[in-house]
Amino acid sequence: MRRVYFDNNATTPLLPEVLEAMQPYFAERFGNASSIHHHGQETRAAVERARESVAALLGCRASEVVFTSGGTESDNLAIFGLVRPGDHVITSTIEHHAVLNSCKHLESLGCEVTRLPVDGRGLVDPDDVRRALRPNTKLITVMMANNETGVLQPVEEIGKIAAEGDVYFHTDGVQAAGKVPIDVKRIACDLLAISGHKMHAPQGVGALYARKGTLLQPLFYGGSHERSRRAGTENVPGIIGLGKAAEVARGALERGDLARMSEMRDRIEKQILSTVEATGVNGAGAPRVPNTTNIYFDYIEGEALVIALDLKGLAVSTGAACSSGAIEPSHVLTAMGLRPDRARASLRFSLGKENTPDEVEFALGLIPSTVAHLRELSPVYNKAALSS
Amino acid sequence: MPDFQTIAVAMSGGVDSSTVAAMLRAEGHQVIGLTMQLWNQRRLAGHPGMPEAVQGRCCSLDDVYDARRVAETLGVPYYVVNHEERFERDVVRPFVEEYLSGRTPIPCSLCNNHLKFDQLLIVAKQIGADALATGHYARVEFDEPRGRWLLKRAADLSKDQTYFLFGLTQEQLSRTLFPLGEMTKPEVRELARGYGLALAEKPDSQEICFVPGGDYKNFLDAYLAESGESLPDTAGELVTTDGEVVGEHHGIHNFTVGQRKGLGVATGSPLYVIQIKGDARQVVVGDQDQLYSRTLRARRINLISVDELREAMRVAVKIRHRHEAAPAIIERTGDDEMLVTFDEPQRAITPGQAAVFYDGDVVVGGGWIV
Repeated sequence: MRRVYFDNNATTPLLPEVLEAMQPYFAERFGNASSIHHHGQETRAAVERARESVAALLGCRASEVVFTSGGTESDNLAIFGLVRPGDHVITSTIEHHAVLNSCKHLESLGCEVTRLPVDGRGLVDPDDVRRALRPNTKLITVMMANNETGVLQPVEEIGKIAAEGDVYFHTDGVQAAGKVPIDVKRIACDLLAISGHKMHAPQGVGALYARKGTLLQPLFYGGSHERSRRAGTENVPGIIGLGKAAEVARGALERGDLARMSEMRDRIEKQILSTVEATGVNGAGAPRVPNTTNIYFDYIEGEALVIALDLKGLAVSTGAACSSGAIEPSHVLTAMGLRPDRARASLRFSLGKENTPDEVEFALGLIPSTVAHLRELSPVYNKAALSS
Repeated sequence: MPDFQTIAVAMSGGVDSSTVAAMLRAEGHQVIGLTMQLWNQRRLAGHPGMPEAVQGRCCSLDDVYDARRVAETLGVPYYVVNHEERFERDVVRPFVEEYLSGRTPIPCSLCNNHLKFDQLLIVAKQIGADALATGHYARVEFDEPRGRWLLKRAADLSKDQTYFLFGLTQEQLSRTLFPLGEMTKPEVRELARGYGLALAEKPDSQEICFVPGGDYKNFLDAYLAESGESLPDTAGELVTTDGEVVGEHHGIHNFTVGQRKGLGVATGSPLYVIQIKGDARQVVVGDQDQLYSRTLRARRINLISVDELREAMRVAVKIRHRHEAAPAIIERTGDDEMLVTFDEPQRAITPGQAAVFYDGDVVVGGGWIV
């Protein structure tokens, strides 16, 4: 069966050139980057080159990049590395669980958390951030791009407010890295998290930008790796992969390659909205990353549509999956004010570097008939059709 | 069995449904495994009386893991579908409210009616399956002369689950398969071993899936506390059948008809709960003989083998899962009500339970005891 993968916000395939860059570091160049000898020096040099590549993608110094196990660890290191009992934290209602649940845990440790709402387009209002500041506010953490809708938050304005208020600003850049240019100086953030596998590097590696002078309490204790910010022998192949992926992403952004992706995304939206009734784009009015669209199909359960499409070879998703693999109601769409049934009827299509216009046509060939079949069997749709 | 091509199997992670998936696959059907996520087992963890780490039966991650493993072994697609909201609305809430009204509910029947053979069957059809198969011990067949789908007791009467399935409609039955209906449990386990299923020896589940350890009182407390409600005060009097007050009780939800322990009244002869009067908050107690009754009324009737009951009918009626169907006459007494008159008085007829009518092995229908 032909399989098309439109779920790149969940994870991306490893690019061939990334795999190639990683290959020697599994067996041939196996050294521990902390070792004094030749083997150690060889991997140390490679790790530091990777650090420079990541720094170049983010617009920071190499010494400001901390390698981690992924986006979740980067978010946790930023948050728990700074915030202490008694501190106040400002965040939003649409954050990824890595931030959402970290903030929930902060509350149990005796911290105060303000969760800012979003408007119907999925945007945080910077004025709300300003108004939420308190004398004991230690950290603002608002994401760059939302994983479900792709909506880009006004991080530069929030960065200004944080600087004026002399408050740390962390932003989860996991869904933005590689999709839009990132410049930590323009954002004026102190911390920014990225994840390897969302940008065609492998799973199990990520990075945190921590502005020079930002003192982070480490999450775990051991050796003095990563300038004592993250103990544990480096995941060398992963780091090399992340470095290569950052290089590839930077090149693509500089060349404007992502215009092709947004053309494909726009075609998906336009075609679905014009051929399938009772559909719409969630977050349409806001600036968005070029690869993501979140579309509601009224009168269906998104879950059933995801399964039906998967059985026909198209991989898409809805909301976040819980540990059993079942789909949870989306806190993001709910926060945007969508009716619960519409939130459940929403699907995310997220493109990657390797998707082609031909794959878009494959998807567009499947979706209208599959939606029609689901609606035909939906008790809600029949009722709605009868009453209209 | 009709000639279905693609069959969705409701997989719980247990031996029965896993064997069903393996059987249908071996017969050459396209099989899609589905597990319903119905209840978050961690949700009430830590509330007083609830275990810290809940190891409830259904929807536990271990069971999903087992079901996924089986699907992977068989090489069939497998999905977990989330029906937590519907389960809470249609099963858990009514379960709580029934107890608080002095009745003794059966959540499994509600789950079958509202979730498994409703929501899951819809999903199954939506994703391209012609039918839904489950691991229930029961039989479905089409009766040409009557032009109706019949629900029949399992060949192994000791495993028969038709009592929980009386609510199925003709449309649901026409799309349902019970491949284990002709088999005994040991045969199913043998078959599971034959298919190389690692869980062939997994023990059967017994308790209500969302009530860990089977302690429903702790569950009611924790559930209400979680939603910020307090247990309504339903404390009142213990009275005899003559109306004489013999004591007090802390709430009607602590009692079920036929209960003997925990009445807190010391008398010479053993006392039993005869009736719970929800409105008056009274628990009526009496001796063993007073537990027996010849009649009951059932409402919210579903008929299967007949489209309506035009005249009184001689059947056998089961009033709880572990009850031997007793000879009785059923007759319509209202729009959606039936009167059941047993040949012999029956012990502890309990409001909230189902009365299921049998004609031999055939399920005529059933209703809820009021």
